[in-house]
Formats: sequence, structure tokens, C-alpha cells
Amino acid sequence: MTQKIRCAGFGGQGIVLMGRLIAYSAMVEDKHTTFFPQYGAAMRGGTANCSVIVADCDIAAPTVEEPDVVLIMNGPSLDKFEDTVKPGGWIFYNTSLIDREVKRDDVNVFKVAANEIADEVGSSRSANMVMLGAFVAKLGTIELDTLSTRSLDAQMHGKSERVMELNRKALKRGASLAE
Amino acid sequence: MSEKIPIGEKVLMKGNEAMGEAAVQAGCMAYYGYPITPQNELTSYMSRRMLEEGRIFIQTESEIGAINMCYGTAAVGERCMTSSSSPGMSLKQEGISYMASASLPVFFVNVNRGGPGLGNIAPAQSDYFQSTRGGGHGDYRVIVFGPTNVQELYDFTMLGFDVADKYRTPTMILADGILGQMMEPLVLHEYKPLPDLPSKADWRLGDPATKDPLLVTSLVLDVPGMEQRNLDLFHKYEEITKNETRYEEVDTDDADIVLVAYGTAARIARSAMQQAREKGMKVGLFRPITLWPFPSDPLSKLADRVEHMLVVELSLGQMWEDVRLATGLKTKVHLHGRTAGGIPGQADIVEHLQKALDSKSDEIVRNF
Repeated sequence: MTQKIRCAGFGGQGIVLMGRLIAYSAMVEDKHTTFFPQYGAAMRGGTANCSVIVADCDIAAPTVEEPDVVLIMNGPSLDKFEDTVKPGGWIFYNTSLIDREVKRDDVNVFKVAANEIADEVGSSRSANMVMLGAFVAKLGTIELDTLSTRSLDAQMHGKSERVMELNRKALKRGASLAE
Repeated sequence: MSEKIPIGEKVLMKGNEAMGEAAVQAGCMAYYGYPITPQNELTSYMSRRMLEEGRIFIQTESEIGAINMCYGTAAVGERCMTSSSSPGMSLKQEGISYMASASLPVFFVNVNRGGPGLGNIAPAQSDYFQSTRGGGHGDYRVIVFGPTNVQELYDFTMLGFDVADKYRTPTMILADGILGQMMEPLVLHEYKPLPDLPSKADWRLGDPATKDPLLVTSLVLDVPGMEQRNLDLFHKYEEITKNETRYEEVDTDDADIVLVAYGTAARIARSAMQQAREKGMKVGLFRPITLWPFPSDPLSKLADRVEHMLVVELSLGQMWEDVRLATGLKTKVHLHGRTAGGIPGQADIVEHLQKALDSKSDEIVRNF
């Protein structure tokens, strides 16, 4: 199994954190993984993306040309990455901020009202966690439990218990969408 | 040692940070650097970790300042380091040449970006010539490691400090923006120095036990003296070539065509190789690990039984020249080069492999 994932949205949505959490969880579960962020000049509100590979064998190329899965948090990212997804792959997208349908008919589509659900949980800043929860519960690439315990603790070290609890709740709500 | 660093355990780390931690573990006492993308996380990491360890970190006024501080630190026998990216490395070359001449050990890192000129910050391997030919003025070489993953960035940083001391010569890692920026699990091995590292007591300055005056200099005005220094360096480089040449061969036994690539390009080549094998093509991979000394002899042996080679590099034919020098006229050496952030597609490489296999006897296939 090799799964190539791209997370994309605007700067400030926690796109890089999504990728790091997936990669860290994969490592904890003794899978092979690589994480590569877009780097260089960037700003809050501009576009941001990163790619993660999770595999049960050695990963050669760390570059992702044709992702199996994209986690799309805003409209410009759907425009940019919709065509890159491998036929038969998955598009998870944030319907809170994207008001169009996916044009492709050869991929699986999963809609997540990430910002609205995060608002219900307590803060729209956790929209990325809602999306992650849905992705993990739907495809089982990594365990939700790893993500919401060891990975959150390691990657968000130093955040208040209130923020951590909010994120755990958002992950669970996202996961419940896929049940 | 910081209690927070889980030595012996698997961690998820950025390539740039992995080199920083390896340097700390290997006993680097001073880091000097000036910020530049895509290696900034290394400088940033050292700014925190070196102070934690009570060692020296200086953000210098320029790259030239950094390399000259290395000269001073190395001259008193302490391990030191600098790092930069392409245009910044150009500025350091004068100092590296001085250190090579004065036989001063230093370890440094170039996280290559797109050039020439100010270029861009995208991943590239276009400083291959600069790194493997010395880089500055004069008759000298630098030991160059070309790691392919984050574990190797860590391991070869430790080894880099050791071989720099062993041969008293500047030693470097040539990486690119992908290796520097990517995160990957790695095991933080404990540092174990090479056995029999030579003492520095007979040449380092400032040792209270030393009675005779010592001089560390690269200025030798008399002709026989300077020629002799160059010959001594040359013999040292022969010794390094004999002892330190490193490479990896994958599936070359039955290969009709062999990909030759290093660093990030080798990872992409390996993926392309797997795709090509699924299509029934017999493809192997030869990966130089040291770029200088270049593994010319094993490559030459491989050329005795392989008709085609395809060099894949993130530059336009720089390593291709070394492969052609190593193999002479024994094999056809084709080229797939991208540059300034252009990344070869795996399907493009597979297509190129087929074109190379189908080429006429006097035809070299190139992608540009």
C-alpha cells in the first residue's frame, strides 16, 4: 500500500499541521512516510499546500505528481488540484468555503462542512481537524486514536488543554461524518 | 546533552534540522552562518541547540564572515561548521580554498537552490561543478557527500566531521531544497567517532603544551614550497579517493540500461525504475554517494557489461560529464536533466529509458 496525499488551502488554515499530523501518526504506527511542504515566500491568506506519502514499504520519490487523496480546504485549491487526482482516487473538500461541485466523475468525492462543524464544536480554527477526522475515518490510512493522542501531543506541544480538547472534539466530529 | 533529544529513537525531523542535531552530537563547538532559503531551518536549529549546549552560535554579518570564523576556529583545533545555499556558497569559496591549502578541517552544508545568479529558492543540483571541482581558486578538492534521505543527512553529517578531521580537509554535504525541507522518520544514532582519528596536538594553535611556534597559513611565496604543498595535497586526495569512495548499486545484475543519479534525483529515478521494471524493461540504478571522490572505477566496471546509461540530474549535464569521463567510450551515456526547480516526472524518465534503448548506435538521447 502506498497512499499519496496532498493537503491544500489558504495560509492560516493549518494545512502544514495537517500534513505533519498524518506523517507523525504514520511513523508512530511503524509505517513509512515522507512529508514535503511548499516553502519559501508565503503569507497568511495566500495559498498553502503540502504533500505526504504513507506506505508499508520504502518510499523512493518523495514528490507527489498524481495524489491518491486530496484534502481541499478552499476554492482556489480545488481549482488547482482537482485535475491532478489519480482516477479512482479521493477528493475530500470543505463545502463551508467551496460552493461548487467537483467536475470529475472518475474520482470519489467526500463533502465536509469543515468550518461549520468546527464552529459548532467551539472554534472555526479547528476546521482542519474536522477534515482530518473525516479522511482518517473514511480511508483508514492511519488510526484516529493515534492522531488524537500521541500525534496531537507531539505536534502541538505547548498548546493549552482547552485548544487540545477542542481539536480532539473536532477530530471526532469529523470522523463521525464517515460512519 | 539536552534531555529532550531522544538519542537512539525514531523521530520525525526536517532534513535541515537532522543535519543540525547530527553536528551537535558530533561535537561541533561553533556554528557560523547567515540566513538563506532553503537551509534556514538549519541555522535556526543551531541558534537554539548550540546555546543549550553552551557552545558558540554566531549569525555573522555575511557568508564571508562565517567561513573566515571557521578558519580561525579550525586553526585552534575545534570542530566547526557553516551552511548556506548556492549564492551564499559562492561567497564562501575563497575561505574554503584557504582552508584546503592550510589543511584545516571544516564541515559545511550547501542546500542547493536554482541558479545561476540569485536564481530562485526551488530544489536543484546545479552546484555539482562548484562542489566537486573545489569551488574556489587553486588546485584542490573538497570531499562531497550526496545524501538521498533524512537518515543519510544525519549519518553523513557525523561522518563528515570525522573525515574532515581524519584528512584535515574541508568536507561538505550537497543537498537540495527537497531534502532540506522534507520530513521523514530517522533514528538519532549515537555518535561514534571513526577509530584512530589523528591527534591535532602537533599543529593546532594556542595549545599551552606547545613550545615551538606554529604557523597556519595558505601563503607560500617560494615556488618549490608551494608546488610541494600542492603535491602533498594531491597525494592526500589520492588517499581519500582510495579510502572514501562510496556508492550504491540497485538491480544492476540483469540490467540492459542503468540509471545514474544522486540525492533527490536518485529517489525519483528509483521510482521510475520500479515503473519501468513493471513494464518489462531491465533497468538498474547506480547511485554515487560521494560526488567527490566520484565512484569512477565501479562505474567503469559496470560499463563493461551495460550498453546504456541514463543520467538523471537536477542540472543540465554536470554529473553527466563525470559519468562520461568514467566510462569512456564503453557505453552510451544518455541524459535527463531538469533545472531551477523543474523536477523530472517518473513517466518522463520511463519514456526516456525506452527512447535510449531504441536509439541508433551513434545517438545520445537527451531531454532538452
